Amino acid sequence: MAYLINCPHCGQRTTDEFYIKGDASKQRPGTIGDDTMNQWHDYVHIRDNVRGRTAEHWHHTGGCRQWLVVERDTVSHEVYAVAPASSRTPGKTSATPARKSAARKTPARNTTSRKTARGEKK
Amino acid sequence: MTSFRFDTGGLIDRSSVIDFSFDGKKMQGHSGDTLASALLANGQLLMGRSFKYHRPRSVITAGAAEPNALMEIGEGGRLEPNTRATMQELYDGLVAKSQNRWPTLERDFGAINSIASSFFVAGFYYKTFMWPKRFWEAIYEPIIRRAAGLGHLSHENDPDRYEKAYAHCDVLVVGSGPAGLMAAMAAARSGASVIMADEHATCGGSLLREREEIASQPGHEWAAETLAQLAGMDNVTIMARTTVIGAYDQCVFGALERVQKHTALPDHDVPVEKLWRIMAKACVMATGAEERPIVFGGNDRPGVMTASAMRAYANQFGVAAGRTACVFTSSDSGYRTALDMRSCGVHVEAIIDARANAPDIETHGVPVLTGAVVTNVDGGKHGMKGIEIDRGRGHENIPCQSLAMSGGWSPVVHLACQRGARPSWDEDLHCFMPPQSDPAIIASGSANAIWSLTGCLTDGARRGEQAARQAGCRTMKTPVPKARDEASHGSEAVWWVKQSTGKPFVDYQNDVTARDLPLAAREGYDHIELAKRYTTSGMATDQGKLGNVNAIGILADATGKGIEEIGTTTFRPFYTPVSFGALGGQHVGEHFRPVRMSPLHNWAADLGAEFVETGLWYRSSWFPEKGDDWLAAMTREVLNTRANVGICDVSTLGKIEIKGSDATEFINRLYSNAFAMLPVGKARYGLMLREDGFVGDDGTTSRLSENHYFMTTTTGHAAESMRDIEFAHQALWPELDVQYASVSDQWAQMAIAGPRARDVLAKIVDIDISNEAFGFLAARQIKVLGSIPAMLFRISFSGELAYELAVPAGHGEAVANAIMHAGEPFGIGPYGLEALSAMRIEKGFVTHNEINGRVTAGDVGLGKMLSKKKDYIGRMMSEREGLVDADREQLVGVRPLNPDLRFRAGCHLVNPGDVASLETDQGYVSSVAFSPMLESWVGLAMLKRGRERHGDKIVLWDGLREVQIEAEVCDPVFYDPAQEKAHG
Repeated sequence: MAYLINCPHCGQRTTDEFYIKGDASKQRPGTIGDDTMNQWHDYVHIRDNVRGRTAEHWHHTGGCRQWLVVERDTVSHEVYAVAPASSRTPGKTSATPARKSAARKTPARNTTSRKTARGEKK
Repeated sequence: MTSFRFDTGGLIDRSSVIDFSFDGKKMQGHSGDTLASALLANGQLLMGRSFKYHRPRSVITAGAAEPNALMEIGEGGRLEPNTRATMQELYDGLVAKSQNRWPTLERDFGAINSIASSFFVAGFYYKTFMWPKRFWEAIYEPIIRRAAGLGHLSHENDPDRYEKAYAHCDVLVVGSGPAGLMAAMAAARSGASVIMADEHATCGGSLLREREEIASQPGHEWAAETLAQLAGMDNVTIMARTTVIGAYDQCVFGALERVQKHTALPDHDVPVEKLWRIMAKACVMATGAEERPIVFGGNDRPGVMTASAMRAYANQFGVAAGRTACVFTSSDSGYRTALDMRSCGVHVEAIIDARANAPDIETHGVPVLTGAVVTNVDGGKHGMKGIEIDRGRGHENIPCQSLAMSGGWSPVVHLACQRGARPSWDEDLHCFMPPQSDPAIIASGSANAIWSLTGCLTDGARRGEQAARQAGCRTMKTPVPKARDEASHGSEAVWWVKQSTGKPFVDYQNDVTARDLPLAAREGYDHIELAKRYTTSGMATDQGKLGNVNAIGILADATGKGIEEIGTTTFRPFYTPVSFGALGGQHVGEHFRPVRMSPLHNWAADLGAEFVETGLWYRSSWFPEKGDDWLAAMTREVLNTRANVGICDVSTLGKIEIKGSDATEFINRLYSNAFAMLPVGKARYGLMLREDGFVGDDGTTSRLSENHYFMTTTTGHAAESMRDIEFAHQALWPELDVQYASVSDQWAQMAIAGPRARDVLAKIVDIDISNEAFGFLAARQIKVLGSIPAMLFRISFSGELAYELAVPAGHGEAVANAIMHAGEPFGIGPYGLEALSAMRIEKGFVTHNEINGRVTAGDVGLGKMLSKKKDYIGRMMSEREGLVDADREQLVGVRPLNPDLRFRAGCHLVNPGDVASLETDQGYVSSVAFSPMLESWVGLAMLKRGRERHGDKIVLWDGLREVQIEAEVCDPVFYDPAQEKAHG
């Protein structure tokens, strides 16, 4: 695994400072709709064992304590991008095969207006 | 024995005398010696016994690949086994012991294995020690371990210090031979920051060991001058005694610096070893090449060594294994050895060249026998007597005391391969070439199969420039000095002398012979990785540095495949063994992990508390009086709290302050129960699920003002809950205006519980805390002792009238003491974790014993806390079929029919009459305490359909302790089921 991560807040740091939660390709589903239970099952339980490019949630526990989306390659170990999880627009960074299943979902209730809401507040 | 020191020559300081001992014998060497060269100088050719056959062995190499001369160095806690004598610098007072022999190196009982060697074929252990099964652990394994052991451990603590360190540079140069020096110079002249590491004490690599000249001066003098120049440059760091042990992603390297492994009594203020992580932008791998032994009969006899090693011992250390020598070679390196030895005064009997045609090299009268091979070596523990050769007309004998062998060269490619790339076989150069898959790792010099000195110097300069460019520097062309070196560098591969009459070794350290590999292939283990494991070739501490390429060649021969097709085994860090001390670094003893102490730690300690480790915390567990045990102390503490009043340190709870205009909405999404309508000035118990629907954590959250909340989590889950909260905001709902901070360490928090709690607290707080003014679940920011800001919560984990008071950590001790003082008339006493736990079990309150990650809110009787009116973490999944199944295990109380019978958490529950099994299992006991109020052992348990089984009989089954106790299922609330006390 890559040893150096370029944290957007702290700069280049070693991986020991980070906690890795896992797959970031999926959007949290909402609670309303016909197929919500299947979407939730997919969101919570179904994971692709990706060979190649992945997007994962990493937490800079030993640094700024920000949640990040780290896009990296499980084969070459190259790190393509590191971005704050909060700045992510839905569906954009998921270049993994899991993208298909994510794209099929109805957008999560609480994430649709994320960008504008952030823009107003900050 | 035959080995000796020349009267002159070598780079050792003959004026200094260093005393050391080997197997108790006192010996002397000189500054500049390695242990191996000093042993040879003292006539100690015999240095060890081999792994399996216990054959007498001496050095084969003069470097890191040494498989034979492994020793125990040092004494007591400093003893380090399996140290390569070739890498150990000599120091005054060094104590070395040979290994793997009993009773002595001279008379070794295990040598009998050699006589029975025809039984010790490849896969011997797998084939022999299979049955009977019960013999394996009791008989076979201890015998094998003793017989085949390497060095011993002292089992004493290492008194020395170790450190881990980080370094950054533009260009890392590994190795300081001709290519490494030129690369470092070229990179440094281009402005790059350079680290040059070399595993030896003195930098210079092969220049110290050869007689070639650079710029009209001896190579070692040129090296010393160049080193001095490099040392004078601000952007160059030279790290001698430093082995680069691993190459990792993003041009990060691991390196082991042996800071004080060359002193008998290390300075305690300085570490003995440092484990470095070097962050580079490019790396020049000038790691050199390893000379391959030839596999022929008796190629392990003391006195036989690689041609380059023999030269190194003669040129650098002024020693030789014998006064006469032969050379067996299939490369031109052998000729150089013959000439160097001849000029040192060693009589060279003959060069036996396996090739049909000798190269055009003037041998000064040394006879050259072409098309000839060595088939056996006559020798033993006292040295060699001669060799048996075959040049197509039967066996002939040549007397000699030493034999140099050269089967060609293998570039040291490890660092370029450790990230998974494989080297490729070059049919013309007869070696595996380093892969070029990583542009940041640049092989140079003989590591790049450039064999001539001129070539290495030129290549080093160019690769150094290339690395500097790679690191983003503007490069300057570095002039290359002129070298005088041999013109001829041809070699041919000879894998195995099949006419051998003696044992031909491929892997010296694991005693694998050339006959084992074809056998492995015949038995189906013809893949190189399988053959390795079946024969153990390349599996010893040297990882086959010397033998692997020969093993591959022999396997290719045996299977009829090409060498390219056979390929190599996997290269993994570390390049050479690393001590556990270095890997542990500073993290030993009390520094193994941090200790967390509550701000009330000293307060509790002054009251005589016994502490218990929970995670990193040390928590006050019980307060013994007059030497009573934990049970008596806990009982006294519970009875006093329930009758009068008690005080308990609860500072370890996780504490999180949450603010912001969306704080209410945010908290409402974190907890499963409703928080939207929580009034200011009130606390509420909250349940957090995980997204999969199971219970994650619980705690209380208080609304201190409109947009200001104070949340507590359990002690054990504090860090995780904080992380989950950060995730929920940043990754799920970043649109919410909310801020949060962990304040666990900022507040000292104490519980004051018992019927007189109000009377005690009233004396120190600045508000009315009557039941009417400050009722159950009230929460407020107040002042105590006049001016100390505090938070007061009316919450109870004991079931009594109780408060929790939080004050700034620095005031904790003073406030706790003030409460003790105020409570004195009311009989206040401290209580610890044991009493806290007993009281919560009496009340049926759950902790992480119960909410262990596989229970639902419904399981622990909190199903009503799952709101149907909002989305929250875990909402949807908590409704899944399996999580609401009526057959699930549910929280109950259990009481043994005999109240004196103690049982333990972890007991399983079975119905009376059933035999305990997976099928009859009814659940398990999660928490146990002695209840002072009930005067009985009681437990909380998870029981299938438990809520409808109150009153049933159940058996508590403890399979480990072979205990079965009859018990009754009951409500989990044992004490004050009407919950009157807490509200009073």
